Amino acid sequence: MPELGYMIAAVALSGLITLLLRALPFAILKPLRKSKFVQKLGQWMPVGILLILAVVVLKGEIAARPERLWVVAVATAVTILVHLFAGRRALVSIFAGTGVYVLLLNAF
Amino acid sequence: MEPSSQMRAGFLDSLGVGLGIFPLGIALGVLVVQAGLPWWLAPALSIGVFAGSVELLLVSMIAASLPLVTIAAAVLAVNFRHVFYPLSFPITVARPGIARAYSVYAMIDEAYATYVLLPRELNSSRRMITGQLFMQAYWVGGGLVGVALASLLPEPIEGFEFALCSLFIVMTLDAAHSRREVPSVVLAGLSVTVAMLAVPGAELLAALIIFTLTLSLRYAWSRQRRPDDVVTHA
Repeated sequence: MPELGYMIAAVALSGLITLLLRALPFAILKPLRKSKFVQKLGQWMPVGILLILAVVVLKGEIAARPERLWVVAVATAVTILVHLFAGRRALVSIFAGTGVYVLLLNAF
Repeated sequence: MEPSSQMRAGFLDSLGVGLGIFPLGIALGVLVVQAGLPWWLAPALSIGVFAGSVELLLVSMIAASLPLVTIAAAVLAVNFRHVFYPLSFPITVARPGIARAYSVYAMIDEAYATYVLLPRELNSSRRMITGQLFMQAYWVGGGLVGVALASLLPEPIEGFEFALCSLFIVMTLDAAHSRREVPSVVLAGLSVTVAMLAVPGAELLAALIIFTLTLSLRYAWSRQRRPDDVVTHA
């Protein structure tokens, strides 16, 4: 087992870097909040960031189980269809998609 | 809204995310035990670092006793995406002081996805902080359950991590509901495609950088086209 001091240092260092990455941009942005460019980026970014996150986690899921690509495809389709046609209730759509995925993954 | 109903709203916000986070927490706990590391490392990571994917990575790096410099570089690379969130995360909703500091510290992908879309008038400091506190509780709780399970279960049920895929899909659909979002969707789709082809392994960060660059071009282009009109429309 690694030494106690090493493990504590690794956690503390990683925590500090993560915190700085989250906090510093807020401090830097403060004077820039009135900038039209920053306002526009803030308005345009969310949908794109969410799409990118969705694609990247889906790709990770496929990479983890390449032979189960069809399960990912079915569960993705279920999530989208349930969301669009069952009233856009996020919890219901997430439950449906995840439920189908877990069932198919463990049944086949 | 009353404080208690704000807190209930925050709890409800966290449920869908929790469906994905809790099993990932369990995976973290199991991984810590299987790597031969002490159990307390699971809650220590979820409190000290609190950044989903990098926590799982840290377990294997610590187990391999990699140099601290290597660990620092990996954390910097994996978590660098967070510098893009402050442009749109509603941090001013959180009351200045401890609430706002906690909100920044706990700005994980899932918290960003949950609160960036919530209309300002429905959000509140109490609601957002409650939601973020529950998200962290799922991580810490899941980690402890995983530590306990590691010695008991021969094989855990797989697939619950798909909740994160579902979450981001649902959030994307909600964000893309109006036609004026189409350019951003197209640019983000192109960015992530290029990133996956050109920079496999670091596609998330690469996609965010390319996306930001294309949005900058879009801004320059829209200013050139309609210099007076830029802020009110588009």
